[in-house]
Amino acid sequence: MSRSDWEVVIGLEIHAQLSTSSKIFSGASTAFGAQPNVQACAEDIALPGVLPVLNRGAVERAIRFGLALGSRIAPKSVFERKNYFYPDLPAGYQVSQLELPVVQGGTITIRVGEGEGAYEKTIRLTRAHLEEDAGKSLHEDFHGMSGIDLNRAGMPLLEIVSEPDMRSSAEAAAYARAIHALVRWIDICDGNMQEGSFRCDANVSVRRKGAEAFGTRREIKNLNSFRFLQQAIDFEVAWQIETLEDGGRFEQSTVLFDPATGQTRMMRSKEDAHDYRYFPDPNLLPLMIEPEWIERVRATMPELPMAMKARFEREFGLSAQDAAALIASREMADYFSAVVAATGAEHAKLCANWMMGELAARLNRAGLEIDAAPVSGAQLAGLLLRIADGSISNAIARQVFEALWNGEGTDADEIIERLGLKQVTDSGAIEAMIEEVIAANPKSVEEFRGGKEKAFNALVGQVMKASRGKANPARVNELMRRRLGT
Amino acid sequence: MSLSNEQVVHLARLARLSIPEDVNVTRKQLDSIFVLVSQMQTVDTTDVEPMSHPQELAARMREDVVTETPCLAAFQAIAPQAEAGLYLVPKVIE
Amino acid sequence: MTLSPIFDAPVSVLRRALDEKEISSIELTGLFLDRIEALDPGLNAFITVDRERTLAEARAADERIARNETKPLTGIPLAYKDVFCTEGMLTTCASKMLSNFVSPYDAHVVSLLKQAGAVNLGKTNMDECAMGSSSETSYYGPVNNPWEPGHVAGGSSGGSAAAVAARLAPIATGSDTGGSVRQPAAFCGITGIKPTYGLVSRYGMIAYASSLDQGGAFGASAEDCALLLSAMTGFDPRDSTSLDRPTENYAAAIEAPVSDAARPLAGLTIGIPKEFFPDEMGSEIRAAVEEALAQYRALGASLRDIDLPNARLAIPVCYVIAMAEASSNLSRFDGVRYGHRAAEYADLVDMYCKSRSEGFGAEVQRRILAGTFVLSHGYYDAYYLQAQKLRRLIAGDFQRAFAGCDLIAGPTSPVTAWVLGSMSDDPVQMYLADIYTTPVNLAGLPGLSHPCGFDAAGLPIGLQLIGNYFSEARLLTATHRFQQATDWHLRRPPVSAPAA
Repeated sequence: MSRSDWEVVIGLEIHAQLSTSSKIFSGASTAFGAQPNVQACAEDIALPGVLPVLNRGAVERAIRFGLALGSRIAPKSVFERKNYFYPDLPAGYQVSQLELPVVQGGTITIRVGEGEGAYEKTIRLTRAHLEEDAGKSLHEDFHGMSGIDLNRAGMPLLEIVSEPDMRSSAEAAAYARAIHALVRWIDICDGNMQEGSFRCDANVSVRRKGAEAFGTRREIKNLNSFRFLQQAIDFEVAWQIETLEDGGRFEQSTVLFDPATGQTRMMRSKEDAHDYRYFPDPNLLPLMIEPEWIERVRATMPELPMAMKARFEREFGLSAQDAAALIASREMADYFSAVVAATGAEHAKLCANWMMGELAARLNRAGLEIDAAPVSGAQLAGLLLRIADGSISNAIARQVFEALWNGEGTDADEIIERLGLKQVTDSGAIEAMIEEVIAANPKSVEEFRGGKEKAFNALVGQVMKASRGKANPARVNELMRRRLGT
Repeated sequence: MSLSNEQVVHLARLARLSIPEDVNVTRKQLDSIFVLVSQMQTVDTTDVEPMSHPQELAARMREDVVTETPCLAAFQAIAPQAEAGLYLVPKVIE
Repeated sequence: MTLSPIFDAPVSVLRRALDEKEISSIELTGLFLDRIEALDPGLNAFITVDRERTLAEARAADERIARNETKPLTGIPLAYKDVFCTEGMLTTCASKMLSNFVSPYDAHVVSLLKQAGAVNLGKTNMDECAMGSSSETSYYGPVNNPWEPGHVAGGSSGGSAAAVAARLAPIATGSDTGGSVRQPAAFCGITGIKPTYGLVSRYGMIAYASSLDQGGAFGASAEDCALLLSAMTGFDPRDSTSLDRPTENYAAAIEAPVSDAARPLAGLTIGIPKEFFPDEMGSEIRAAVEEALAQYRALGASLRDIDLPNARLAIPVCYVIAMAEASSNLSRFDGVRYGHRAAEYADLVDMYCKSRSEGFGAEVQRRILAGTFVLSHGYYDAYYLQAQKLRRLIAGDFQRAFAGCDLIAGPTSPVTAWVLGSMSDDPVQMYLADIYTTPVNLAGLPGLSHPCGFDAAGLPIGLQLIGNYFSEARLLTATHRFQQATDWHLRRPPVSAPAA
């Protein structure tokens, strides 16, 4: 038996923290980074007698998500209590949705891999439901005790549950990235993974190829980067296959991933079989969403990534690969749209090339995201227009781009003018330089005439050098050949 | 309906209550409650919709604005054990 | 001009005396504080009394009265069931679990009554966590019935009922989950109303069973209840189940003029459910209730028989739902953020178990266990879900009945106040005493109990009136007309200070 005899089955549960100002059931702030417990109000610490009231903003964000995935927005959904004791769960229950979630079904198309081997796949969503987050247990030592910070308690979460449709860690990562891009695209979650605004749990199982039934699954909890997600799944898959091939078995269970070792391990705290005793929260009436509300939200939705990708291919003649790269994030797409709007659709391909070439490389080197790029879309457009009209060469353009990046000018035209970088196409000026170069390099002229094509290139190079790069290379070539009479 | 002693112990554990000193006594008391409760099984409710709230209304929602400014000092003053703004509990092991 | 002492007077008389400066709120409040000090040792109706704090509130009320900023309850002393959170004051729910809990905030009801200028006399005793029908399960010891010490005051709001009956407070708040206002009102010979679910905010009222709990009012008469209830109701955006509708002035409503003074209840139809008058019913209670119904007829009301076929199941249904909700509601009492924490424990789970088992009494733990069971895997459908379905059938019975009547009447309780401790060994026997009150909570309807006689032992008997949603004014008006024609509500227990 080998790895290729096994099929991997993965489903993801993603917790996206919704970008509301206040918590899901209380009026406390959701701002990140406050001192412990200063953002935990009476409701968040579950004082006796306090009551929850649902935040409309959280519901609206769930509706946006459902609309983006073509899901059913449930006209009636119900908040239930999931009962268990844990110090970071102040009420002894988490308010969540089990039987009737607010978002039901839906699909998202993901692009897996890059280049030749890349492919698209549609992943089905099971559901997405609203729930409250728990607080945090801090494990630093306080006289042998743990400290509980409840600032996070009551943060609004959308738990996004996929069908077990993914067949590799690469697909799982691509799906997670697509959801991550989407929730930011439709402005319902800031996607900040370091701050825990976007967390993934992966349900992983393996089965023999061709088998119908799913294998026993293990759930890897709280993966807070795409890299860890992929590493954790790879480790888990290898472990499961090895265990099964050695004739071993394992229980359905919950595991944690340790980034330091790259391994998964069983959680120790789950000492007794859980019986969460879900029941409808008597403090919260059913959530009813009228069609009119859905339509009002629909009217505020931006163009969605896959629709935009199709339009880029159709309107601008871009390849699927390029179009996919440009919709990787809302910021990327916005930037591209701004550049194309300024250059005109006929230069879209040039825009795409520059964004994914020079701009992407420069951002990468600087460790910046596109929304922090020092060169604005308008500035880049100004530069591309000068390439398009032949005013500057690509090489000069890179120089101008660098100047723009470093803030050494307001726009491309100003820099080109100030530094005198405009391309020389005037025949007289080029011919004069050619005469000078021929006079100064008789040996090269002789070698060329003797049949050495390399010598020609050297001469052209000398002219380009004399023009400090500004001469139009094609024009130099043409005039040089004419002068040397070939 | 009658419970077993094991069930009583399991329920106490789920509810985070100490196991009763005499499980038999607790079990008998619970059994007598369930004798009373078993009357409910005499009615056929096949097509009846469960009723969770006396008022069958929709959830009222609040606007997404910050209205609470928690008073940490007041809240921690009543805590059994707190330090540096944190509630202290016996070690949590994950 | 009445010769009765001022502590015996209706709130409207106290109001007039305050407004006309015949007495100050300080004096009036001091009078009640003195009575509490002298008489409560024999009743145990109060858990917390803070004389200084109370007198400070009375002083502030006097200043308001001097500035002519008077509302109906300004300067009137009242007592709160200890289920209502009061900022800066011990709020125990009669549980060891909260015996050290000084609430950092006020319940909505407390805020409303504070704004109205009412003076807080103290926090009254009750069944622990409102779980009981006798006020015997309190961590602070049982409440005695003012009519016959050694008998229960009813529950769970027994302290409030006993305090009003013994005139340790003119009026008091209560909460009612399965009869906890109406039954102690009946046992103590006073008037008590539980309004429509959602009229009184539950914010800050420590939850027993959230879908059944509703704040209510105690007074000697419907008139006093109307004044208190008018000040307690009102939309509260912090309670998702609070109803957004205009508040009513019940005190004004009950004084509405009638066309036929001899028959003020002409046109009112009272339904009599035969299920509330079973053959085994005690003859004294039957006689008192039937006499009261005859009085209603004499006042112009017409009586008709109705059916509430599923009401017989209300006790198991109400208890299953209440225990299920309670098992979850009480999970927050875990010794982490407030309340009792065990002194010694081995680890986290042990800390939870010890703190909770030390903090909660036997009945509370029993209900938590039973509630945990009915929600648990494999039993949910047969118990919890079945109860929710039967709840709909019971609520439906009422709606069918109200198609043919305006109010429903019957006994509040099948028994009068029993001897302290006589039911402690058999909790189920005590649950059965809630047979007539629990259906009302399941449907979320308003219900009222008013005194209508005494048994041979001299213990009060109550008549329950049930109305359709939002018919509080009708309930109070009918009772008020009854009380204008009778004097049961004027009878007072012979309370005296216990021998030293």
